[in-house]
Amino acid sequence: MTDTAIDTATDRTPLLAVEGLKTYLYLRRGVVKAIDGVDLHVHAGESLGIIGESGSGKTMTSLSIMRLLPQPGGRIVAGSIRLNGVDLLQLSERDMAANYRGRQISMISQDPLASLNPVFTIGDQVGAPFRYHGLAKDEADIRRSAIDVLRRLRIPSPERRLDDYPHQFSGGMRQRVVAAMAIACSPRLLIADEPTSALDVTIQAQMLDLLREIQHSAGLGLILITHDLGVAASVCHRIAVMYSGRIVETGDVREIYARPAHPYTQALLQSLPRLGEKKRRLYSIAGQPPSLLDRPRGCAFAARCAHRMPICDESPPPTVQAAPGQSAACWLLKS
Amino acid sequence: MFLLKRILQGLLSIVGASIVIFVISRLSGDPITMLLPVEAPPALIEQTRRDMGLDRSYFEQYVIFARHAIGGDFGQSYRWQMPALELVMQRLPATIELACAALLFSVMIAVPLGVLSAVRRGSWIDRCGNVFAMLGQAMPGFWVGLLLVYFFAIQLNWLPAFGRGTFKQLIMPAIALGWYPVAAQTRVVRSAMLDVLDRDYIRVARGLGVPENVVIWKYGLRNALVPLITIMGVYFAAMLGGAFVIEVVFAWPGLGRTVVEAVFARDFPVVQAGVLITSILFVTSNLLVDLSYHYLDPRIRHGH
Repeated sequence: MTDTAIDTATDRTPLLAVEGLKTYLYLRRGVVKAIDGVDLHVHAGESLGIIGESGSGKTMTSLSIMRLLPQPGGRIVAGSIRLNGVDLLQLSERDMAANYRGRQISMISQDPLASLNPVFTIGDQVGAPFRYHGLAKDEADIRRSAIDVLRRLRIPSPERRLDDYPHQFSGGMRQRVVAAMAIACSPRLLIADEPTSALDVTIQAQMLDLLREIQHSAGLGLILITHDLGVAASVCHRIAVMYSGRIVETGDVREIYARPAHPYTQALLQSLPRLGEKKRRLYSIAGQPPSLLDRPRGCAFAARCAHRMPICDESPPPTVQAAPGQSAACWLLKS
Repeated sequence: MFLLKRILQGLLSIVGASIVIFVISRLSGDPITMLLPVEAPPALIEQTRRDMGLDRSYFEQYVIFARHAIGGDFGQSYRWQMPALELVMQRLPATIELACAALLFSVMIAVPLGVLSAVRRGSWIDRCGNVFAMLGQAMPGFWVGLLLVYFFAIQLNWLPAFGRGTFKQLIMPAIALGWYPVAAQTRVVRSAMLDVLDRDYIRVARGLGVPENVVIWKYGLRNALVPLITIMGVYFAAMLGGAFVIEVVFAWPGLGRTVVEAVFARDFPVVQAGVLITSILFVTSNLLVDLSYHYLDPRIRHGH
């Protein structure tokens, strides 16, 4: 049923295992079912790409793992999130902050400028993880550690830049600083939420190189959240495609790009512009994703699907194995 | 460069204030009628008028006034028989002391209240804080003062009812004067904190495992200080000039009371000296607020 069950890669326990996750937002206008039953796993040294359009629940997935849902209103109503076997949802908030966030799981989020506090120096902010996780003896030690991690991310003359403020850094340098904060305490899992979308193309490429490098050298598990299929392909081993709060297809990156099983993935790949291909118009998927306030009873993609069948509107499709290491939630595969 | 520009602007405001004071005090009536008996012979009135320079044009009178004022000479107080500036300077420390204490009181209440209201939005502390702050704004200062005197001086006998000199005597006037700005300051802190706590960098700090109280009181509050300091400056200036009622209730020997008494007595030199000194303080406190932005926000410091 879940993709863990049909995972052919290994039988060792994954670094991160999310099962049956449901995250709802209780807002004044109703209950938004932002995540409605998500299963995923990441092994150490592996990188998983979560792709999908905006509003599909990618960011909510990462915020659920960090237990940093928007308040008031955000709540995890079902499921488990295990890191090395420990269910994060059972931990106290204090334990979560002191021993997990920034220590074992870190997050890099979208906008590098918005991620840095404008009125504190870079040294203060990069030093914070060392300070609050008790990894430094004194102020001098914190400073030394901050310089080391900035140097690891190739920020020129870090010892001089420690007392500068975020606005004195360029966009690419800021993203490096944000990455430095995230990997400061050598976490086991790094979640990068659209780490490149606010950057221009050349810096994007550098950032992706950096992510690959961090992952290889530290051997950590990486979750890369993006709407960009090209970015996902260049960094990730496996891909999970999200649509309307659910994972509709997951599998090895090459398999999925070569033989997408779910009609949504097929349409997504079709809408990519390709070099050397002369098409007059770019393909786009007709229609809109359903409202998360009022989800259809059956398959959420049915209304936009070219292969729609009567059963699609009646009950949600089961997750089935499409190929070794690749599964999709679609009635087509069942018949 | 920036500092120089602000100082020049400040000087310009003070000159403007001096013109306004001068004109208004001339509009309020003829001081001769207060100085001489009604039955004084016209020749004496003329003579006095000439002696005091009141027969010259308003422009000439202002130039004379300004030249003397720069030298610190505002003339003799008609009523107290001493130099006006000396009288004002005697009363000034009491007013500054009271305004500082009142500001300290209001900030000590407003900052925790505003921060907690923002952090626990919609909770009982948010609602109670709101009510408490509104009470301060709804009750006139003199009434708060009288209530305080009734309970803490007369009923409980904890604090002296009036006068100046000891710390105990400072407490009630400071609360009476400082309660009013609590509401506005709490609201400013609350809304600034709500805005800040929603920012990405706060989520990032939490994501790094920074303890929640550090996230709020260090990374959050620091960003909310600029609007707080701004409104503190406004209220500090207002309290310097507006403490008159409280000074009367607590027999506080401050500047406000002296100036108001001087107005009723048409004691021009004292009014002019008092108001001009107040306006200098006003400009200075605004200047300090502007300078504090540079200290508080590095983006302003670096001209972004």
